[in-house]
Amino acid sequence: MKNGFLFLLSLLSPLFLNADWLQFRGSLGNGGTSINSITQFSKENKNSWKSELPGRGLSSPILVDGKIFLTASSGPKQETLHILCFSQNEGNLIWERKFKATGRTICHEKTCVAAPTMVSDREVVVAQFSSNDIFCVDLDGDLLWLRGLTYDFPNAANGLGMSSSPLISKGVLIAQVENDADSFTTGIDLKNGEELWRNIRPKGANWTSPVLLGTGKNQKVALQSTKGISLINPTNGKESWSYQNGASSIPSSTPVGDVLLVPSNGLTALKTRTGGNSHTEVWQDNKLGPGTGSPAISGNRFLVINKANVLTYAKIDSGEILWRMRIKGPVSGSPVATRSHLYFFNEDGLGQIIKLEEDEGKVIATLDLQETILSTPALAADGLYIRSDKHLWKISQ
Amino acid sequence: MIKHLSILYCLFCVKLSVQSSPDSTNLIQSLVAIKSQGEGNREAMKAWPQVSQFPPSAIPQLLEAMNRANDLGDNWIRAAIEKICEQNTTQLPVQRIIAFLQDHSNQAESRHMAFQILQSELPSKADQLIPSFIDDPAPVLRQKAVELILSKARNSSAKPKAIKLYQKALIQAREVEQIKEASRELEEAGEKINLIQLMGLLPEWQLMGPFDNSERKGFSVEYGPESGKGLTEQHKNKDGIVKWEKFSTQDELGLVDINQKYGELKEVCAYARTTFHSQSAQSAHFRIGSKNAWKMWVNGTLLFSRDEYHRGKTRIDQFIIEGKLQEGENEILLKVCQNEQTQSWTKQWEFNFRITDRTGSAIHSSGSTIK
Repeated sequence: MKNGFLFLLSLLSPLFLNADWLQFRGSLGNGGTSINSITQFSKENKNSWKSELPGRGLSSPILVDGKIFLTASSGPKQETLHILCFSQNEGNLIWERKFKATGRTICHEKTCVAAPTMVSDREVVVAQFSSNDIFCVDLDGDLLWLRGLTYDFPNAANGLGMSSSPLISKGVLIAQVENDADSFTTGIDLKNGEELWRNIRPKGANWTSPVLLGTGKNQKVALQSTKGISLINPTNGKESWSYQNGASSIPSSTPVGDVLLVPSNGLTALKTRTGGNSHTEVWQDNKLGPGTGSPAISGNRFLVINKANVLTYAKIDSGEILWRMRIKGPVSGSPVATRSHLYFFNEDGLGQIIKLEEDEGKVIATLDLQETILSTPALAADGLYIRSDKHLWKISQ
Repeated sequence: MIKHLSILYCLFCVKLSVQSSPDSTNLIQSLVAIKSQGEGNREAMKAWPQVSQFPPSAIPQLLEAMNRANDLGDNWIRAAIEKICEQNTTQLPVQRIIAFLQDHSNQAESRHMAFQILQSELPSKADQLIPSFIDDPAPVLRQKAVELILSKARNSSAKPKAIKLYQKALIQAREVEQIKEASRELEEAGEKINLIQLMGLLPEWQLMGPFDNSERKGFSVEYGPESGKGLTEQHKNKDGIVKWEKFSTQDELGLVDINQKYGELKEVCAYARTTFHSQSAQSAHFRIGSKNAWKMWVNGTLLFSRDEYHRGKTRIDQFIIEGKLQEGENEILLKVCQNEQTQSWTKQWEFNFRITDRTGSAIHSSGSTIK
């Protein structure tokens, strides 16, 4: 009976996986999802809503079990850190937790303290802020543990603000705290907030986020910096392989299967070899360099928006460009995609849906939310979730 | 099921026995005792579910515990109070919370938490209290009262009234942006404001340099001035002998532009020193602003260093470092480094500096500021 239940659960689990959006750029961390989502925008649809936010943020919403989790920061010095939980259906605030920042809160005007996106393993949610405060709470908002990484390491800060979103892998929270002065990435025990390992990392401002490569027991974590990529074991921080031809400090890498698309010399595809202890370079193309946002996966294709607001659609296996089109930018957030559509918002709040065909892309819907949007949407079957400076929105069709 | 019932029973017992019982004191102490790098997290994790089920009458006790907690413990207790409030909105001990808020012997952050409870549960009561914060030692509370005055000034159609409000705001404000706003408005109305005096910015320094900072290595090199031999010392740089030389800034916000002294150099360090006379031994906030890498010594002790270049602009109070002034003369020594970058936004080689008490009020040197 028990085995039967587990078998049924294993059949259903991909559905649950697809219904949730567990971290920055989706549960796979690559902006892609295999579910279908909306193909039109409608603010007036009865399933669409907007909720006021108590503070600013560039962080994205994550979706867990019918709830939306989001961070914000408020106060004259953005010293108040908010963790918010909303109902996915109605948009009503279910609970809110407020903490005080224990690290530095000075940021560039364009960003803010609530820049990193939360992460969940469906049991707990973890919020990291630019102040390097980390809070782990359960889905009802009860505090499980907290850390203040700038409290612990006072030089761990970036005068412009930090933005790396944390990851969870094999029961370990990976927090990337990379900067000019005291640069490190640490693995924290998700059960109790204790440090399992801490790797000294290249000094330099780094706004990229770590990504997961592989699944199950072979899962590794790719750390990106201006030096390149370091693929590490999440349980002990030990490096499996490195790529040292440099990489961007703003857009993050995009994992798909055993391939990692790295913003390096344009874009470089690295394939991890069986066993995960070495890699090969599959292709590299300097025409595929992303702007601020990271590439998104759509089936066996990927999409990149560059600094000139040109969207490129290309093959993952070869880097072959299938088409390019100009979009209405500038875009700070990363695009997200289903197998057939791409979704993104520009900084002025204009949402755009692009229908992805093999020979061209077509803008099939736009929606002007008339508020500054610098974040990345979350996708679900029944709509798209996006945060502006003042509101959290659900847009259905 | 049995497990759930036993947990409920335990929580019920906690509620009954919470009034400063040894158990409740120990539970709260687990949150207060949290240390850096996750030390104490396990004990806090065990205690927090019980503390968060305390009755609302325990809130003053928890606020008092915040007085003793570090910033991490503060957040543990804050979360527990928030949970208690969430479950008991109608039974809060309002008068005791107000009494705690109004008692200036409590710590600024715990008093602010008391205010936030009121603001969340009884917003009109909280609003009524804001004007009373105008002389408050807690900067975060005083900021709210000053904001109220600034808001009235902004919305006042009568210019004389607005000017009076801005004057009051300028005297009472401790927060930099509020000071800047009030002074800007008053200067536009024809008043001359001495921000250096008002904010206690130090405009007069002795400078020595430049020293080599090739490949940013000079930041860690102990050049002669770090030995602290006094104003008559001389040291060698690559061009010859360098000495302490007087430098006074004319900038209205006390910005010391080192480029004015040595030219727009790259990959260099300079030292700045001054003597600060304190009337008594006291705790102080040493507040430096710089977009360059820097180190700060007070009376020969390195208080903090920051090896970061050109990440944003130089701001007043960019870094606030806690330390102590001794009675009489205090030697302040700064090392400010410039890197190799050549972009237009990387040419600045500068700092500002002031000393305040914990409330943000300027501490002025009681004697000569330079020796």
